[in-house]
Amino acid sequence: MTTSADTAWDPSKPILEIDHLSISFFTRLREIPAVMDFSCKVMAGEAMGLVGESGCGKSTVALAVMRDLGKNGRIVGGTIKFKGRDLTHMGEEELRHIRGSEIAMIYQEPMASLNPAMKIGAQLAEVPMIHQGMSRADAWALARQIVADVRLPDPDRIINAYPHQLSGGQQQRIVIAMALMSKPALLILDEPTTALDVTVEAGIVDLVKDLGKKYGTSMLFISHNLGLVMDVCNRICVMYSGEAVETGAVTEVFEEMRHPYTQALFRSIPLPGADKNARPLISIPGNFPLPHERPKGCNFGPRCDYFQSGRCDAGEIPMFPVPNSDRHETRCAKWQEIDWLAEPAKRAVKQKAPIGKVVLKMEDLKKYYSVSSGAFGGGLKKVVKANETLSFEAREGETLAIVGESGCGKSTFAKVLMGLETATSGSILLFDENVQSTPIQQRNTDTVSSVQMVFQNPFDTLNPSMTVGRQIIRALEIFKHGSSDEDRNRRMLELLDLVKLPRAFADRMPRQLSGGQKQRVGIARAFAGGAKVVVADEPVSALDVSVQAAVTDLLMDIQRENRTTLLFISHDLSIVRYLSDRVMVMYLGHVVEMGTTDQVFQPPYHPYTEALLSAVPIADTKVIRKRIVLEGDIPSAMNPPPGCPFQTRCRWKSQVPGGLCDREMPPVQVLEGGHNIKCHLSTEILQTMEPVIKMAAE
Amino acid sequence: MEDLLSWGQILGRMGSQFLPVWVALVVTYSLSITFKRRLGLYGKLFDSVVGMIGFGIVMFWVFTALLANMVITHDPLAQLSGLKNAVPGTLVPNPGDGIYPYYLLGGDHLARDVFSRMVMGARSVLSIAPAATAFAFMVGVTLGLPAGYFGGKFDTVLSFIANLVLAFPVILLFYLLVTPEIRVTGIPVYLAAVLFIFPILFFSILFNARYFTNPPRRNLYVGIVLVIGFWAYSGLAFNMDPLGVWSMEPNLLNVFVSVVFVNSPTVFRIVRGIVMDLKARDYVAAGQTRGEGPWYIMLWEILPNARGPLIVDFCLRIGYTTILLGTLGFFGLGVSPDSPDWGSTIDDGRKLLNLVPHPAVVPALALMSLVLGLNLLADGLREESLKD
Amino acid sequence: MLMFVVRRLGLMILTALALTFIVFFLTNLRPNLEKLARTEGSVRMSEEAVDQWIIQNGHGGSVFVRYGEWMGLMPGWVLTDEKGTVRGRCITATNTPETAPRYCGVLQGDWGFSTFFKKPVLDSLGEKLAATGWLMLAVMLVMVPASLLIGVLSGMREGSRTDRALSTFSIASTATPEYVSGVILVALLASPVVGLSPLLASWGWIEGKTLFLGTATSAIDDITFWNFTLPVMTIALYGIGYIARMTRASMTEVMTAQYIRTARLKGVSFGAVVVKHALRNALIAPFTVIMLQFPWLLNGVVIVETLFNYKGFGWTLVQAAGNNDINLLLGCSVVAVFVVLVTQLISDVGYVFLNPRIRLS
Ligand SMILES: Nc1ncnc2c1ncn2[C@@H]1O[C@H](COP(=O)(O)OP(=O)(O)OP(=O)(O)O)[C@@H](O)[C@H]1O
Ligand code: SF4
Ligand code: SF4
Ligand SMILES: [Mg+2]
Repeated sequence: MTTSADTAWDPSKPILEIDHLSISFFTRLREIPAVMDFSCKVMAGEAMGLVGESGCGKSTVALAVMRDLGKNGRIVGGTIKFKGRDLTHMGEEELRHIRGSEIAMIYQEPMASLNPAMKIGAQLAEVPMIHQGMSRADAWALARQIVADVRLPDPDRIINAYPHQLSGGQQQRIVIAMALMSKPALLILDEPTTALDVTVEAGIVDLVKDLGKKYGTSMLFISHNLGLVMDVCNRICVMYSGEAVETGAVTEVFEEMRHPYTQALFRSIPLPGADKNARPLISIPGNFPLPHERPKGCNFGPRCDYFQSGRCDAGEIPMFPVPNSDRHETRCAKWQEIDWLAEPAKRAVKQKAPIGKVVLKMEDLKKYYSVSSGAFGGGLKKVVKANETLSFEAREGETLAIVGESGCGKSTFAKVLMGLETATSGSILLFDENVQSTPIQQRNTDTVSSVQMVFQNPFDTLNPSMTVGRQIIRALEIFKHGSSDEDRNRRMLELLDLVKLPRAFADRMPRQLSGGQKQRVGIARAFAGGAKVVVADEPVSALDVSVQAAVTDLLMDIQRENRTTLLFISHDLSIVRYLSDRVMVMYLGHVVEMGTTDQVFQPPYHPYTEALLSAVPIADTKVIRKRIVLEGDIPSAMNPPPGCPFQTRCRWKSQVPGGLCDREMPPVQVLEGGHNIKCHLSTEILQTMEPVIKMAAE
Repeated sequence: MEDLLSWGQILGRMGSQFLPVWVALVVTYSLSITFKRRLGLYGKLFDSVVGMIGFGIVMFWVFTALLANMVITHDPLAQLSGLKNAVPGTLVPNPGDGIYPYYLLGGDHLARDVFSRMVMGARSVLSIAPAATAFAFMVGVTLGLPAGYFGGKFDTVLSFIANLVLAFPVILLFYLLVTPEIRVTGIPVYLAAVLFIFPILFFSILFNARYFTNPPRRNLYVGIVLVIGFWAYSGLAFNMDPLGVWSMEPNLLNVFVSVVFVNSPTVFRIVRGIVMDLKARDYVAAGQTRGEGPWYIMLWEILPNARGPLIVDFCLRIGYTTILLGTLGFFGLGVSPDSPDWGSTIDDGRKLLNLVPHPAVVPALALMSLVLGLNLLADGLREESLKD
Repeated sequence: MLMFVVRRLGLMILTALALTFIVFFLTNLRPNLEKLARTEGSVRMSEEAVDQWIIQNGHGGSVFVRYGEWMGLMPGWVLTDEKGTVRGRCITATNTPETAPRYCGVLQGDWGFSTFFKKPVLDSLGEKLAATGWLMLAVMLVMVPASLLIGVLSGMREGSRTDRALSTFSIASTATPEYVSGVILVALLASPVVGLSPLLASWGWIEGKTLFLGTATSAIDDITFWNFTLPVMTIALYGIGYIARMTRASMTEVMTAQYIRTARLKGVSFGAVVVKHALRNALIAPFTVIMLQFPWLLNGVVIVETLFNYKGFGWTLVQAAGNNDINLLLGCSVVAVFVVLVTQLISDVGYVFLNPRIRLS
């Protein structure tokens, strides 16, 4: 079929060559130039990482390569050459032969990418049947083999299963298997792990790397996570607002970045290797420009520290090659003048408030849900143990981080504390008052207003049909703040000041705000009644990295000023390390480890914490990380394993004599300094653990 | 004068009869299009061709209903001798002073003017259908919100009842509910007493939930709702308005109540479904964590965000109600014998359908165009509310 | 699964009981009974005589008891009238008070006597139902394939010209209730004076006076294309629009799903994407809709049978209601309720079968 083209193609030439590509979406109101003048090259066997903030056009580039931009998207300029053939002018039929056989794509949402009504095997076998004209039986046999290749247990069962019968991690492996069915020359991965838990992500990333090597596939790897790109790719292309701003070899760009945006990006992410006081986060000021509101000249101009009017906003800025480098280029007019080694200006950090008396104390808290199993209701009632014997205390002015992956019971715990659910047993002492069985309707206004919450999803946290001001005022009304409407209005404006939003935002509707701005309003609302305890449920995980830093810092500043107790729920260990005083690690409803930040981030670890730490990708070339990849997925809370909850994935289990882990719930060991670990491992073995993260010798 | 107008002349004359309607339409459109960017969803309607056409047809009938007195050519009840089953465009024999010289769309089997009856029919349909739909929405929303929000037994029982009503073929229900016998028993009044209480409930809870933090204002709003509500209630449900402003004749009440009764379960199901979806949103949780009562959350946090699909369904449902009213008329249920409403005119006309089709075809086309307009409008609204 | 069916059946029985009770209550209201007394006895009966008649014929007592008797859940009433003869619900011309069964209600197959047809309800309903069955069958054969085809064709490429045209057609057809489309179709195709027929006749293209027959009375004995097309089309037209719109909505939703993009980018051709990947997922929703269409289809049947004077189930229902034939009306309701509930059950079970996500979890 395409063999003539294959043989004509010279492997020393790039597999994919994108040249001055411009893509626009045409809506009724205007043309949206999503990608402008984008160029990049992927050589055979190379993995190219594409990073940038949400909306910068990463996916658009990927879909343009597949020529699948939808009805209103169009390539308005430039070329995309695949093995020397121009894709932009290719006919539908010709494209069809390339799609799936020579270029394959993997997306973010594995569940949505698989047809719910078709067996896995059929979906996989389809690929070689279309492209190689393989017989059905052969195709199924191949499918089975590839399923084994992506390290899925029991391939025979899996190819006969439907997608919903698999877990998220397994589904993503199937999607990868599907992409590999006809051994494509180029694999495009659009945020393939964003929907997965970190420990599962680590497994997938390993798999992708290995398979890339095994089959010699080139990759275009899209991610917003710099650490992940460093793990997977050898080249990187940083995008900003529809343009490539810097491109080069990963190590070069990470160590000697030559574009202010790249630099700002690195400064805004917490690196677990670095000390938080020596290296505070610096957020990028301002907002990402909308595609149709880009400034003249350099798109990054309005947010750039080095901006120089007359030069940066004079006109289009081309890509400048950096001499003596491996195809390193930057789109900055001043790149040669900037002192790239200068330390960033230190930000005034509010002094940490001393930690005060205990405000919240939980003892042996249990929360069980009873759910009916089976789709048709009725049937057997099952008990989901969402929280098992939680005990801890939190003090005034303290930040306690609660870390864990999906289903570990973080949000349940928040609900019980807030009074949206009542505890099954155990006690919650809030300001010396027992509240474990007082639902929120029966709590008095004082208690309610002093425990508030910041939510995860910025698009959901504000009521879309009420103005921002109105929503804050409503909170003030409910908390019986102020005696008149004017009073409350004034207070609302002060709250907007507090979260550093312009007062004019009071009259805006939520849809007119960016994600970070919405999150700020959410924070203002939480602090409206002078909250003493604030539960922040993954408040920044849905935001872009550059915005994350700003929102995190804001939260910390307000906390320090008001001596608030902050319960920070997160799965992101880097941020946790950056801002918390104490950390509590949860797994399947159990607290497996608890201690000060230093205790938790240094050995001895709980085996789960160790794996979690090792799974977090780190965007720092100087850090050496021990690779521990956990087998399998997180068990469902509906039927947890007997004995230790972590025993199905634990690599230390063999060190415990007598198969104790399979049978008995481990006890809580209290190590020195009040460091709690819930594990059967003996103290001696715990002491032998090595740190997961080490700084490479300079 | 010719004895018989050609179709061109008929259309021309009808066009000029509708002049007031055209004027009203032109004014509406020019104002709306000028200010469309400031009018929210309504304004966006004018971006969609389908929506504009639908809105045009609907407004045509609305204005026709409002200005019917200016549009008609004859008294819809007057029977002029010699014009029985007259074909469209027939000259009225010896028209007296001030009597329009033609039966533009002919005469029916009682020698009445088909055109004027069709125009008046618009008034009778449009005075019931939107109001009945609105009441059905009140009932459906007031019950659907808590059913979706709380779930549990309350939901199970209400859903069961809703499914019960929906399982009845509508016509059977009408044959059971709209009869002179049933009016004797007073069942329609009891039904009305139940169904008409919902708007009062709805608005009282609405204002109470919002303003309970500010009792004087709350008392004012809830007070107004209660006074006006119960005043209208006494008149509409029991025909006992002391001032005699609100009343509904028993026939009409019977029809009205039945139509509301048939429509509300569907609204209930829609609202319930939307609430189950929206209640998982974080802003709902935010409301809960600040100690907001359930009714505030349902009415002020959830309901406004459900408005898109509800508005669309409202338009569709007016169309459906129009069809139901037509069905009632078609079977001669609950209407007075010479009512000009479209359903019963179709019924009257169909007996001689083979030979004299126009008395049935004219109202049939009118009904169809109104429902079509409403459907197109709903489609336009749906399309526009999804964009953004 | 078994649990599910059992629960579903239980709910169905409960629904059936509730529905039939409502119908029974509404048909056996006091004014209806008085009317019945006057038609059965004499128009000039006195108030007392009417009361007497009602009690004598077992319509006294509480409505629950009477419902139980009618349903066959309670023993039928037995009364001795002033002449000393023993009369009862179960005592007919063919048996005596001694030999009469204790229970004789719907469950025992005794649906009462129709005052309109002057024969047992069950007998008259049987033949009428058969007539309507043919009508329904024809409607289904036209409606289901047509609407699914229209829906899939317009939904597979949203916004295309085909989609626009087909969507306009389906919107228009949902805006046309049966009594409107029936009237228009007859005027257009079955009138010897207006519409197409005189034209075609004058050109000599058709033999009779009209293209189709405007009544379907003759179809009771002999269904032909000539007499059956219009009633079938009239019912089908409304349903086609409705189901086609549902199918289209479901199809467009499926076509924007991520897995369709996956399939497309695997190199599957457009036709195969639609047939292999989209169709099954897209048909789940319309299937339930088709089944839930039955209550509305029954409406259509009533209207069309009245309009075209086709003496089937719908026509019977109208006659029963118009003539205060309580037993017949009750019989019709039982049938209607039964049909509706069975289709609901099929819809539920079918949904589970079409949707592997539910079936296997
Ligand atoms: N179908 C579309 N119609 C109009 N605009 C679009 C469309 N798809 C994307 N855009 C716009 O194009 C720009 C680039 O979007 P794209 O999805 O490529 O960003 P991204 O970098 O992949 O973001 P993310 O990290 O959120 O996935 C955005 O401004 C987006 O709003
Ligand atoms: S061109 Fe100017 S504004 Fe743009 S990144 Fe370079 S220094 Fe900053
Ligand atoms: S108790 Fe056993 S299985 Fe559990 S974490 Fe410790 S070593 Fe691993
Ligand atoms: Mg993307």
